[in-house]
Formats: sequence, structure tokens, C-alpha cells
Amino acid sequence: MSANVNTALPLEYQTEQNRMNILGFWIFLGAEIILFGTLFAVFSVLNARYAGGPTPKDLFEIKDVMVETILLLTSSFTCGLAIYEMRRGNRNGLLLWFIITLLLGAGFVFMEVTEFIHYVHEGATMQTSAFLSSFFVLLGTHGLHVSMGIGWATMVIIQIFQRGLTPVTARKTFIIGLYWHFLDVVWIFIFTFVYLARMVA
Amino acid sequence: MEKNHKGFPVTHVIGFIMSLVLTFAALGVAIKTSLPFKTILWIIGSLAVVQAGLQLYMFMHMNEGEDGKSQVINVAYGFFIAVVTVAGSIWVMSFGM
Repeated sequence: MSANVNTALPLEYQTEQNRMNILGFWIFLGAEIILFGTLFAVFSVLNARYAGGPTPKDLFEIKDVMVETILLLTSSFTCGLAIYEMRRGNRNGLLLWFIITLLLGAGFVFMEVTEFIHYVHEGATMQTSAFLSSFFVLLGTHGLHVSMGIGWATMVIIQIFQRGLTPVTARKTFIIGLYWHFLDVVWIFIFTFVYLARMVA
Repeated sequence: MEKNHKGFPVTHVIGFIMSLVLTFAALGVAIKTSLPFKTILWIIGSLAVVQAGLQLYMFMHMNEGEDGKSQVINVAYGFFIAVVTVAGSIWVMSFGM
């Protein structure tokens, strides 16, 4: 694995193993696109089946949704800055932006959990209607991805503290960065087709 | 793909500002206008696709590295399958209704 180290490239691309891991993660993201595609398909078909229960207009608070959107969008930006600092070889800059990213992500998860609790108190649970079943499965899958991403990134941060910036820790950081940006990409579509579209429908 | 030496992440800042503009544009079109629902859906859907592309290119650097082309093809293919799944489901389930 230590063979063929190309020091002209950024740390995360320096070994063949690293390049293969990054390509492999892109292929995983392709599969994730399709996973979320199927959940969007279910929601698109069922999104008007209220079964006498609450409708999106009754439930959705655009202000809260905007706060969640801005939190996740900003965290995607700060994650980009973390990788940018990593490529300058600035370990402390990387850690600072990385930790800010995770705090913003945690803020997003907190807002989303609060939102779900609020819905359940209004009688909008997974069992209420097909609309709410598909809503909670789609949003829940995304929220679970963000939560697991926070746990994963925390472990990567610990490794950076222990081992510093090496081709291995740089590759791990770069890959979780891809994952994090991807979650914001999914959220753009949730924001658009679940919240905005259903509020005007 | 290159190591960074300059001190200011220009593309990231541009990507962030453009993402914010697109997000609020979608909000404005959806909430403030009284266009037909189908028109709104097409507009905000297009804005979402543009913003997703922005994230993929300006934040994730999808096309960099020796496998850049494979990465782009892979993501485009995944997106194509997702669109076929969603559009096909809507079409099949609403056919004849």
C-alpha cells in the first residue's frame, strides 16, 4: 500500500488504495441516490392521501423548515472549508471547521426531532395516513443518515487528534466530507418537493 | 485537483452564496407568487437541480482525480435511475385516474 506514493497530489489521493476508496465511495453514493429515489417515489405517489388526517398546510411551519435548511446548507459549506484547510496542510483549521460542521449538523437534527415531536402531539404520526407514513420514512431516513454521519465524523476527528494528518486520515476525512455534502444534496430535494411543493399544492 | 496554497476559498464562498440565493428564490417562487402549481413545481424543481449540481461541482469536486469521469458518469446514472423511478411511479399510479 505504501508503494506508488505520489506526493504531487493532495494527501487523500496519494496512494492507489486511497484513490480506489474514494472512487468506491462515489459508487456507494450512486446507490444512495437510488435509495432516496425510491423513497421520493413513494412520497410522490402517496403525498395527497390524508385519510382525514392533517395536511401539509396544517403541519408545516415554513420558518422552522428554513432554519433547518440554512443549518444544513451552512454545515455543507463549513465542511467544504474543512477539506480546503486540509489541502493546505492546516490541521487546526481542518479540525475547527470540521467541529463547527458537526455542531451545525447537531443543530439540524435537534430541530428535526423537535419538529417530529410537535407533529406527533398534533396527532400526525406514522400510522395516521399514507402521506405521513411516506413523509416520516423519507425524512427519517435522511435524519438517520445525518445522525450516523455525526457519530462517524466524531470517530474520524479522534483519529486526526491521535495520528495527525496522514494519507490515511486525510482519505477518511475526505470521504466523510463527500458523505456530508451528499446529505445536503438530498435535503435540497426534500426542501423543494416535500415542504415547498406540498405547501402550495 | 491541486494542493491549496492561496488563503481564500473563493469557489466555496461563491458556491455558498449561490446556494443561498437559489434556496430563497425557490422559497419566494413557492410562497410569494400565485402561479399555477405545475409552473411552480417546474421552477423550484429546476432550481433544486441547479443547486445540487453546484454542491457536486463546487463543494464535492465531483470531476477531479484520475477517476473523475467515472464519478460523473456514476452519479449521472444514479440520478437518471432515481428520476425514472419517481416519474415512472407517478405515471403508473395516476394512469387512468
